Amino acid sequence: MNSLCFHCSEPLGTSRLVAHINGRDEPVCCAGCRAVAELIAGAGLEQYYEVRSGRPQRPDETVLADDAWSAYAQAGIAAGIVSSQGDLDRATLGVDGIRCAACAWLIDRMVRQCDGVVRVSVNAATARVHVEWRRDTLNLADIMRSIARAGYRPFPPGDSRVVERQQQERRATLRRLAVSGFGMMQVMMFAFAAYSAQIRGEAIDPTLLEFFRMVSMLVAAPVMCYAGLPIFANAWRALVSRTLGMDVPVALALLLAFGASVWNTFHGNTGEVYFDSVTMFIFFVTLGRFIQMSVRHRTTSITDALARQMPAIAHRLENDAAFDVPVATLRPGDTVLVRRGEVLPADGELLDAHAQVDESLLTGESAAVHRQQGQLLSGGSVNVGSPLRMAVTTLAHASTLAHVVSLMQRAQAQRPRITAAADAASVRFLWAVVSAAAITALTWWFVNPARAFDATLAVLVVACPCAFAIAIPAAVSAAIANLARRGVLVTHPDALERLADVDRAVFDKTGTLTRGQVRLTRYIAAQRADPAQCLAVAAALEAASEHPIARAIGRAGTAVATEVVTVAGAGIEGTVQGRRYRIGTPQFVAAWHREGAATLAPPCTGATLVTLGDATRVLMQFELADELREHVPDAIGALRRQGVLASILSGDRRSSVAAVADACGITRRFAACSPQHKLAHLQSLQQQGHRVLMLGDGVNDAPVLAAADVSIAMGRGTALAHASADMILTAEDLNVVPHAIAVARRMRRIARQNLCWAAAWNFGSLPLAALGAIPPWVAALGMSLSSILVVMNATRLLPRESDDKRRADATRWASLSPSMAGGVSS
Amino acid sequence: MNILFILVPLSLALVAFGLWGFFWAVGSGQFDDMESPGWEVLRESSTPDDSPQ
Repeated sequence: MNSLCFHCSEPLGTSRLVAHINGRDEPVCCAGCRAVAELIAGAGLEQYYEVRSGRPQRPDETVLADDAWSAYAQAGIAAGIVSSQGDLDRATLGVDGIRCAACAWLIDRMVRQCDGVVRVSVNAATARVHVEWRRDTLNLADIMRSIARAGYRPFPPGDSRVVERQQQERRATLRRLAVSGFGMMQVMMFAFAAYSAQIRGEAIDPTLLEFFRMVSMLVAAPVMCYAGLPIFANAWRALVSRTLGMDVPVALALLLAFGASVWNTFHGNTGEVYFDSVTMFIFFVTLGRFIQMSVRHRTTSITDALARQMPAIAHRLENDAAFDVPVATLRPGDTVLVRRGEVLPADGELLDAHAQVDESLLTGESAAVHRQQGQLLSGGSVNVGSPLRMAVTTLAHASTLAHVVSLMQRAQAQRPRITAAADAASVRFLWAVVSAAAITALTWWFVNPARAFDATLAVLVVACPCAFAIAIPAAVSAAIANLARRGVLVTHPDALERLADVDRAVFDKTGTLTRGQVRLTRYIAAQRADPAQCLAVAAALEAASEHPIARAIGRAGTAVATEVVTVAGAGIEGTVQGRRYRIGTPQFVAAWHREGAATLAPPCTGATLVTLGDATRVLMQFELADELREHVPDAIGALRRQGVLASILSGDRRSSVAAVADACGITRRFAACSPQHKLAHLQSLQQQGHRVLMLGDGVNDAPVLAAADVSIAMGRGTALAHASADMILTAEDLNVVPHAIAVARRMRRIARQNLCWAAAWNFGSLPLAALGAIPPWVAALGMSLSSILVVMNATRLLPRESDDKRRADATRWASLSPSMAGGVSS
Repeated sequence: MNILFILVPLSLALVAFGLWGFFWAVGSGQFDDMESPGWEVLRESSTPDDSPQ
């Protein structure tokens, strides 16, 4: 018996739903998953389940509703998104929920099945869909609906220029990588001939040697001028802004080495050429930049994050009729209708008597909040009760959500930077090299002026900080590649160095330690009560609400509740099959009875209790809880062994925080914190001298994530949390957090080894070069070899092939087994 | 060894040709998405008018 949902691979809980896939019955966790799975199989696309590598999001019911996208059929709303040419319309849409290439394939197939679609391209890397269709047969709403029916949420992209800029950057870096790579191989081919001749003490034909040098120069010139351009541009920018980074001495050394080589090429055979060192160094630097850029591009920008969080369309009420309008056109004073399950488009005042809103994105509080007439509602929260009317008070860009964003940006700017130390080091280094070269030149000028130029050049080349300059970036790039394979995307590479120093880990609760979804964990029927009958009654009563019981039980029963009365904050009363029932808080149900216990059994710690009763007694008890992720206690234990103490900082109630903290073995816990509280708590930890790692997922965590020394956002978290974090966890297993810390510490050790080696080589060979004791070709070869050694040392951080294969096998089995087991049991 | 004076420029010409090919491939977007195109083979039918334009 397997216990994972066929579609979203989450635990089934108490769900008994099945989806009919090709004649087999597969278990699913909710009605949304069933709809999507049956649709995918119905379209003949069930290969998706065999080949996917990431788990999809659980489809939201508001996304699947047929009328959810109808507003986009209106010309006024589509105008900002669609562009026309001839009888074709085209649009680029962002898609939320793309996890792997299989998702992109699925969306491609679903959209292509619409009649009238001319062209579709889905880019999994940027999560963008480009569609072209014939205007007379289709409209934008149809396209969005077809994407939504596969379980993904399409949204109008916030700023398309961001994606274009990323594409340009990627293409330019790839071209530079190719030029420097090809150039390096060519030049090394000629240099190798010259080196091997010199090692064996043979002489190459002088005309041939000169020819080799000319060709090397010809190849190295584009590598310098084109592939090396970013290095020189950075150095120039640093010089202009009077901040000396490592780029300045590197650019200087490259220019000197290249200039001297060109000079020697045109002035006889006495001097050495360094084209091989120059091209190889530029290649290594470009490779490191390409790896870091690729990982950075996989994460979302802040503008995109806002576009995903806020709805694009609002229902404006004019003379009691609702008109769909773009949110951007809303003005303060407008009256807006928000249907059940929709996101509030702006901050506003409630006009109805009561409303139930879910503010978990903003506050972290997992239970719905009850609001009364005249109270303020925050944009970005979700209406989970009956449809509500509100008067807009503030525009979207001034809303609470926008305030959180600005808080986050400020926190990000305040973070101390470690670059100041590196700047000071490179200034000292530069002075040391320049004075060494000056002393050498002066001394040789008095001893033997003929050798002054050669010796000075040897000093400058030997002192080239190339190995120095790539000692840290090479280690960082290798660590990034390692972590990316384990499901940790590093968006700010300098965070890795800080991760090695971490001694406190602060966790958010909902969505980080737990799965972030309230589920039905247990139900107990009273004696002489039919469980199936009770479930059907509960389902009928809850059918009208967004309550998790309704989702967990689904629409299994055919019974219909009539005369339904909802008591806000307490429960629901209604008639099913001629009898009157109540479902809700134990107090609400027990208030009906003259005697008898309000509950049937003591509830599990941390669980929310809901009971069902008729006029005489309690019939059934439901327990709802947010389940802990797997392996969390293991991960906390592993962190403790690494000397990192964990604590919980949550916006949720004290009781539910305590339950989760006990289950994971965390003693330091802080409940009911607002974003400001969280920020203050974190900053007090930092003032005590602790290095803090923060893990979170919600919008309310964004400012804290931005302020922490190192921050990790959960992959299923909000896009805003992604934008403010240093790393994003796409793996479900929290055990990768101690792994990431271990890799960061190994990275620091290897970076130090690299620095030691580079320093030993540079400063050890400097006096020898100054004395003229190093033949120029040894200096050139040594310079290349020290770069290679540094890079080779860094490759020890890459995951080993065998580890990788074993893990891939394990995940492959894990993804295959549900469908196999399902096939056997049916 | 005089043959080298012909072979080396020839190899450079080959490299230049390879680079030109790579630049063209990058420019036409073949390296923008390294994952999704591998899934094209899973399409059930590949009628001529179904091919990407």
